[in-house]
Amino acid sequence: MFGFVIRRIGVAIPTILVIITVAFFMMRAAPGGPFDLERPMPEETRQTILANYGLDQPLWRQYVNYMGDLMQGDLGPSLKLRDKRVSEIIAEGFPVSATIGIFSMALAIALGSLLGSIAALRQNTSGDFSIMTFAMVGISIPPFVMGPILALVFGLYLGWVPTGGLDPRYGMTPDRLILPIITLALPQIAIIARLMRASMIEVIRSNYIRTARAKGLSATAVIFKHALRSAILPLVSYLGPASAAVLSGSLVIERVFQLPGIGKHFVDAALQRDYTVVMGVVIIYASLIILLNLLADLLYGVLNPKVKYD
Amino acid sequence: MSLISTPQEKAELLETAAVKGRSLWDDALARLLRNRAAVASMIVLGILVVLATIGQLLWVHDYDTIYRDRVWIGPTLENWHLLGTDAQGRDMVARILVGLRVSLMVGVVATIVSLVIGVTWGAIAGFVGGKVDQAMMRVVDILYSLPFIFFVIILMVVFGRNIVLIFVAIGAVEWLTMARIVRGQTLALKGMEFVEAAEAAGVSKANIISRHIIPNVLGPVVVYVTLMIPVVILAESFLSFLGLGVQEPLTSLGRLISAGAQDMEPAPWTLIGPAVTMMITLFCLNFIGDGLRDAIDPKDR
Repeated sequence: MFGFVIRRIGVAIPTILVIITVAFFMMRAAPGGPFDLERPMPEETRQTILANYGLDQPLWRQYVNYMGDLMQGDLGPSLKLRDKRVSEIIAEGFPVSATIGIFSMALAIALGSLLGSIAALRQNTSGDFSIMTFAMVGISIPPFVMGPILALVFGLYLGWVPTGGLDPRYGMTPDRLILPIITLALPQIAIIARLMRASMIEVIRSNYIRTARAKGLSATAVIFKHALRSAILPLVSYLGPASAAVLSGSLVIERVFQLPGIGKHFVDAALQRDYTVVMGVVIIYASLIILLNLLADLLYGVLNPKVKYD
Repeated sequence: MSLISTPQEKAELLETAAVKGRSLWDDALARLLRNRAAVASMIVLGILVVLATIGQLLWVHDYDTIYRDRVWIGPTLENWHLLGTDAQGRDMVARILVGLRVSLMVGVVATIVSLVIGVTWGAIAGFVGGKVDQAMMRVVDILYSLPFIFFVIILMVVFGRNIVLIFVAIGAVEWLTMARIVRGQTLALKGMEFVEAAEAAGVSKANIISRHIIPNVLGPVVVYVTLMIPVVILAESFLSFLGLGVQEPLTSLGRLISAGAQDMEPAPWTLIGPAVTMMITLFCLNFIGDGLRDAIDPKDR
């Protein structure tokens, strides 16, 4: 297992380096620069600013400089937000994005596996049918449709929760985070419920479950001690893709609900050619996704003794 | 009847067998037609496709006509603004029709792009096998773990908002699962007993391919394609929502929803119309995909 982790990290590091390199040169290939969009400035001022950020040097030189700084943990200054460093922007946004992401994932796993199991145990009843219809709704309505609708209904019409993002005086309060979390979790709840139902149906038909029933175990014991343990496996292997989906979903959620997370910065920065901020966010998200995939694979191995890391 | 039959008897036998026998696809079709949700979805989707294709020609308003004096009019029979008008006084019905057409087009074209890449990649990996297979699937594994949407966003920024690029970018991102499915099927089929049995019975190679290999690869591919179209439509809408999709005055459902979300306080109908259209479309595609999967591969029901 130790060797497996080492080898995965051995693949992950070059992967991240490739991502950084590709993102770096793609951003620079984009027409326009960070200082072109505002009103035209005198050529001299422009040159001074460019030199100030090292953008007047040849591209390969900039790349070497950037990678050098990165190795020392320096993501550079933001090119558009004056007097802000990229690390500061990420440090400010990360708690918001992480809170929403973690709670959404937790909600999706708990509710999704619960609903999926219930549907499987009552296969082809009205309960099963309504859970699967709900799952279909969850899959068919994307977060950027669900978000505005929920905000419209619960924020504007019913007035249960405040609209318009976080209140800077109080920071993250539950009433302002509940809608984003639910919106982000809904599609994942639906997908996990469908996965869980299919795998649970397969498991409860298997021989060892029949044996467990035959030797007189109670229904609860059969489900919780025997069936759930192997039914949960497909869910675990979905955790990697799920975390990627939640991370990219946060791009939309943070915009819909006006939350000051990292994802909100990314799109603005890409449009305004704020190279360093784009790079910083890509690096953070890529590393997170790779790390979460690795964790999911390890967890799978822990839960499924049949898997050998050789 | 003697064991050795004349060619003529053989032909007759084959013919009756052909009449009585039901192929894999007949069975699948029958199962699909019994699935009420799938059939209803096919009808609704058919209507939507027709509306998206020719609705523009029949509708009284153009999608880019601006009525300056009719900004944010609610749904009304007056002037035939059945779903109201948007912030610039354009008719919502006409805009939704165009948006639906663009979204469906993106769905189909980008899916074809991903189908071509995925099937070629998977089939080569599966047929060649060995080290080539391992290397090719390793690439897929690595690509799987990448934050693709970020690259699509950067791509859109770099090359501008070109509709052809949207097709290619999304298709190029979504081929991974297709490659895995096709490779798995190809590998599994190569060693199947029924393929060996057919070979032993003297069935020609062309017949083995057309009767055994293709139908077995096709099933999962068809199902996956149906489920892929909604994913692609969502991806395009996602980009449009972030302001990176098609450009005004052309529109897509995602772009309409994005605009509607901004104006939902003064004019909720600009959000509700496109959102409902998108939900219905995705519902139909998902139900059809699920129905097809159950019909072709009934063991998972």
